[in-house]
Amino acid sequence: MQHDEVIWQVIRHRHCSFMAKTTSQNFCRNEYNVTGLCNRSSCPLANSRYATIREHEGILYLYMKSIERAHMPNKLWERVKLPRNYEKALEIIDKHLQYWPKFLVHKNKQRLTKMTQYLIRRRKLALKVREKILTMPTKQKKREARREAKAEIAAVLDRAIEKELLERLKSGTYGDIYNFPVEQYEKAVGKIEVAGEEEDEEEEPEVEFVEDPELEEEEEDMEDFSGFAKDDAYMSDDHGVMDEEPTDDGKRSKRLRANSKLDERKLEADGGKASLKKKAREHVEVEYEDGADKDKAFQ
Amino acid sequence: MGNKRKDDADEGAKEGSKKRKVAPSMIKNKVKRSIVYAKLKHEKKVEKRKKAKAREVAEKRALELGEEPPARKIPRTIENTREFDETVCKPDDDELFVGIDADEFSPLFKREYTSKILITTSRFHSTRGPAFIAELLSVIPNAHFYKRGTYELKKIVEYARNKDFTSIIVVHTNRREPDALVIIGLPDGPTAHFKLSRLVLRKDIKKHGNPTTHYPELVLNNFTTRLGHRIGRMIASLFPQDPNFVGRRVVTFHNQRDFIFFRHHRYIFETKEIKESSSKTKTEKDEKSSSKSKTVKDKKSSQENVIVRLQECGPRFTLKLISLQHGTFDTKGGEYEWVHKPEMDTSRRRFFL
Repeated sequence: MQHDEVIWQVIRHRHCSFMAKTTSQNFCRNEYNVTGLCNRSSCPLANSRYATIREHEGILYLYMKSIERAHMPNKLWERVKLPRNYEKALEIIDKHLQYWPKFLVHKNKQRLTKMTQYLIRRRKLALKVREKILTMPTKQKKREARREAKAEIAAVLDRAIEKELLERLKSGTYGDIYNFPVEQYEKAVGKIEVAGEEEDEEEEPEVEFVEDPELEEEEEDMEDFSGFAKDDAYMSDDHGVMDEEPTDDGKRSKRLRANSKLDERKLEADGGKASLKKKAREHVEVEYEDGADKDKAFQ
Repeated sequence: MGNKRKDDADEGAKEGSKKRKVAPSMIKNKVKRSIVYAKLKHEKKVEKRKKAKAREVAEKRALELGEEPPARKIPRTIENTREFDETVCKPDDDELFVGIDADEFSPLFKREYTSKILITTSRFHSTRGPAFIAELLSVIPNAHFYKRGTYELKKIVEYARNKDFTSIIVVHTNRREPDALVIIGLPDGPTAHFKLSRLVLRKDIKKHGNPTTHYPELVLNNFTTRLGHRIGRMIASLFPQDPNFVGRRVVTFHNQRDFIFFRHHRYIFETKEIKESSSKTKTEKDEKSSSKSKTVKDKKSSQENVIVRLQECGPRFTLKLISLQHGTFDTKGGEYEWVHKPEMDTSRRRFFL
């Protein structure tokens, strides 16, 4: 038997498990409540004729109950799917709640507005890109920090870098940079006594033996050598420096240098422009790096 | 004597084997256990000392006889006991070079265009983030900083592609500290995600130098495997391919045990007098001066005279690869070439770069 007034009396004055009391107002936790407030007209339990809107997986349904089905709780609610279109949904509400109390019609329409708005907002947010927050286990973090510290010690970075740079210097990546002043000075003055960039004192005793034809690989200059011709050229330069006979030897060295340049061009197979020479050399530099890596891999 | 010692050793071994049947940890009585354990430890110590002594004697004898001293043993390190990895590249790996020629960076390395970098941040950043970015800008030539705003990364990628950028670097900040780096190659290069740690800024480095605007040269050390080569090329693609050697600036990415250490230095080559401390070189020199003959050793010593002096400038940090993705940034539909997983950490001798 359905006695709305009796139910409401119980709910209001005894106990309702859906009621949420606050200092100013009482709310209702029942999912079928249209307004969410606890009062006589919007109580889904104490009204035998009631309508509400609920959302199920993004689709809105109009729920209606009437006193005729009060004795069959499993068929109590009649459900109508509302179209996505807001205006059409309003029409359907109007159609189904044609002779219903004005309060319910109004509140349902209000609820429809609210729910369509939040559905739109939800879809928008789903499309938006969000940062994903991941956990970083402390254990893992600590372990990595520990291994990193040890790896840094094992790397001996400064020494590794120095080694690599010296290797580049020896293989002639830097080209003329570090021997440039020697040549320039000699060319300009045609004289001796050049403060070479590196290892002057060490060279002095060796220079005496440069002309020995068998000892070609003794070349010590930090110059990149692209062939024996060039080596010869530099040796003769040194010779000029040491023998203090600028006229004869200077000429010879110039000639040799010219030869060496020719050879270089031939070797590089670029021909033509002097600018190309530089480019080619730098290209070699890049390749060389790969090569170094490979060497390490090979070891 | 030797025989006797040998016998003793044999007996010891026998005793040891007898005792070894019962491992000290299996003995329940603590006093007995500790006695047995102490004995075992002492035996080991004696053995070790004996070995060291024998080695010393052998060395001394070799020195007296003028022979080559016995070869020193190489200590075992994590590096030389690394787990075998079949992707470690050999210098005669043609397949690799063909692959490298066909990868996304090859037009850049062939100088069809120059590198141009876009640097941006995660959505929120503060304190050390901007300082770090300022230093990155000074390290990487032709890099431009763009405010992130509220743009999605995919939008930024599209924008940068239209503006002919060749890479994007995204600095991620967590708790006011930069903690990750995303490097995206453009137009369709790979996307690498690195963990960033141990960041030290320029002002916190003692006696730091200030870099010039010359294009730096690059040192990429120890990138051995296929993945390593790829990462190395990716890093190399951030920098211009024609360094100004006059600037004497060097940027290093050194890979050690999968940690990529970044350093930035100025350097200078200098000559230094070698102290003739070791008797060996001295004798060599004497020989040379007396006989006036050139030796290989001499040449070597003169080469050793050139040293490099380094001055650190710019930031110092460590990267660790988390994932490498094919194509530009796309976390949902992207195809990952490599992702670090926890089960990869099960051995400390297994490395991937």
